[in-house]
Amino acid sequence: MRGLHVKLLALLLIVIGVSLCWFKVTRLGLPLMPTEKAEVWTVEARIEFKVLKDAAIKARFYIPRQPGGFTVVDESFVSGHYGLTTEDDGLNRAAEWAVREVNGHQVLYYRINLSKDPSIQPAPSQANTAPPIFVPRLPEALASAAKGLIEDVLKKSADARTFVRELLVRLNAQSPDPNVMLLRQGVVNEDDWVRLISDLLATANVSSRPAQVLVLQDGMNHGALKPWLEIFDGRLWVSLDPWTGEPGLPEGGVLWHIGNDAVLDVSGGKNAKVEFSVSRRAQDRTLVAEERARKMGSRLMEYSLFSLPVSVQNVYRVLLMVPIGAFLIVILRNVVGLKTFGTFMPILISLAFRETELIWGMVLFTVLVFLGLTIRFYLEYLKLLLVPRLASVLIIVIMLMAFISVFSHKLGFDRGLSVALFPMVILAMTIERMSLLWEEMGPAEALSQGFGSLMVAALGYLCMSSQSLEHLIFVFPELLLVVLAMTLLLGRYTGYRLTELWRFRSALRS
Amino acid sequence: MERAWLPWNRLRQLGVMGLNERNADFILPYNSRRNFPLVDNKLLTKALAVEAGIPVPELFGVVEIVHQIENLKELLAPYDDFVIKPAHGAGGEGILVVTGRHGGRYRKANGVLADEEDLGHHVSNILGGLYSLAGRPDKALIEYRVKFDPIFENISFQGVPDIRILVFRGIPVMAMIRLPTRLSDGKANLHQGAIGVGIDLATGRTFSGVWHERPIDQHPDTGGHLSGRCIPYWDEILAMTAQCHDFSGLGFIGVDIVLDAQHGPMMLEMNARPGLSIQLANQLGLQPRVRHVQAMISVPTVIAERVQTAKNLARYTAS
Repeated sequence: MRGLHVKLLALLLIVIGVSLCWFKVTRLGLPLMPTEKAEVWTVEARIEFKVLKDAAIKARFYIPRQPGGFTVVDESFVSGHYGLTTEDDGLNRAAEWAVREVNGHQVLYYRINLSKDPSIQPAPSQANTAPPIFVPRLPEALASAAKGLIEDVLKKSADARTFVRELLVRLNAQSPDPNVMLLRQGVVNEDDWVRLISDLLATANVSSRPAQVLVLQDGMNHGALKPWLEIFDGRLWVSLDPWTGEPGLPEGGVLWHIGNDAVLDVSGGKNAKVEFSVSRRAQDRTLVAEERARKMGSRLMEYSLFSLPVSVQNVYRVLLMVPIGAFLIVILRNVVGLKTFGTFMPILISLAFRETELIWGMVLFTVLVFLGLTIRFYLEYLKLLLVPRLASVLIIVIMLMAFISVFSHKLGFDRGLSVALFPMVILAMTIERMSLLWEEMGPAEALSQGFGSLMVAALGYLCMSSQSLEHLIFVFPELLLVVLAMTLLLGRYTGYRLTELWRFRSALRS
Repeated sequence: MERAWLPWNRLRQLGVMGLNERNADFILPYNSRRNFPLVDNKLLTKALAVEAGIPVPELFGVVEIVHQIENLKELLAPYDDFVIKPAHGAGGEGILVVTGRHGGRYRKANGVLADEEDLGHHVSNILGGLYSLAGRPDKALIEYRVKFDPIFENISFQGVPDIRILVFRGIPVMAMIRLPTRLSDGKANLHQGAIGVGIDLATGRTFSGVWHERPIDQHPDTGGHLSGRCIPYWDEILAMTAQCHDFSGLGFIGVDIVLDAQHGPMMLEMNARPGLSIQLANQLGLQPRVRHVQAMISVPTVIAERVQTAKNLARYTAS
């Protein structure tokens, strides 16, 4: 009955722990391994201009809204003594720097870190209705050429999308017809081309608007935005390639701005220009996911350990490993059947090993216990009362620690300094119990238990210092519920301990 | 029955009880924590046993505070031989046996002479909690030294052999006798090197022994044969242990009995966490017997009936 109760409880804990963990991995994208890296693109827009004499400056620069396919990891503005405001009109976001008095050459920066994430949808745009179409006034010759071309294209298309594709096929043709040749004459740069397509579409009663896209390319310097096109297909605005008619954004493209306005507009300045530089680096996925979860407004991450100050986080990185050590002790004592000094003493020693590192920790521990034992045997001869004797051992242990630190420092081993991190009360108790055991059970038993404790401490250190385990527990503390469940289950374990197989070996042999 | 190959299955088949099983299935459910002090504190155990009419070694005195050590000499004056032990000792530790006096000094069981100061230091160690569980301050008992029955003459080396009987729900389920050796330094603890010899519950006759977990038939120090000896007062011993269950209120206990040459069987102490070496000494697993007793709907209240149940149990589940 009690067994069933424990099993159900353990099952419940495991289900809660694992499903929380699963949610965090699949929904929030938290990585299971500490080495997982996410690709983070850093985009920097450098804005420069010259200030006109005695003019108040107002620089308006469009910045991306939530781009599709990317997570915004963070965003920053370097604006010196400028006042900065950002606004979002439902279609575009803009940053506005303003200052009353400034002189000379000015440089402003806007930086955004983006991480690739195909599941991210672009921020919904408010303007999903077709704007009124202004049919452009083209020069007479062009107008008739356009008309001819459009009539041709209309015959071969069914809707806005197919119309655009057909139109582009014609415009891009290797051996263009005279109408196309005429239209292509006025095109000198990419902007002209997009404007031409836009005009042609308007003539054919298809709503379109120019857009600006930043194509992410590692190592890009002095880059510029690429003009793009959006058309209204009757229901939605869709982006498409103004050269091929392919729907969507270019590979690695970030939609920066939509509309006819210039991306940068500086009033009170001249020679304004903006340049983009892009670099790619790998960043810890945990940070990216955490940032993303916060952007998504996930309560789970808001109350996670990441919300603590970094110094406290580091404390918990260590503390959360203690349950792993405790679980190890449960296994070693109840399933394996090892004997150690004190129940959790080896875990405290292995926590100290974290600072001293394994080999040095074991050397220092052995030296301290050995010296302590020698002195303890001398104290035995003095016939002291128990508590004063324990206190004397403690005082001597601390003096030994100080001595080892000073001595090793003089010799130039700075590792010896870390001896101060050993829990001295635990050391004193270990020495006392070891000396008692030595007297009562003989040196063999005392040494074997001492060695056993040291081995358990070393094993504990190996488990507790594992990077991936530490990452797993810190990022998914709910996994401790699983550890708890397994500990509860072992609490009702009534099978043999491994050492009992040895103890009862005579029964086995018969 | 087909012989199991995996060692744990084989042990299960032999009915051997492990420590985890003892703790989870017997000590936790049958031994209420509330009653532990009754057996952990030997002073209390003694008082309860006297009340229940169970013979125990006579208590000569108790040292409770360090100051009383000064009066130790006067306290010990009337007695030639005695035992000093901690009230909360475990595993036979902290027991000092004085077998006689020589000049102004005390002769210890191993023949070494000790003076007033040595005894005083030992008592102060006891009071400081050196031998008690968790190192709590303790009391020191001074009591009658058992002179063991001549039956054990040539199978014991110093120290006193004691009979350990495991009692479950008031029914003795297994018994052994623990013989000190030179190696165990007069202590009767198997893991310290004492010999364990199984006893047939039904007859009180000894089987062969186990030393260091290996079968043995002769005492390594004295050469005496271990098997086939009949323990005197066997029925009384069984009855005493059954009674111990009643006053302790503990369901799963080990009772230690000594046989005194003059006073017959006396109850020395009880243990609420009895060790499992008794299985090795008897070369028999505990499980069949304790599971049988566990399955009994009610246990007879009359002591004689329980002794009979124990004997029947032993006959049916002998190895």
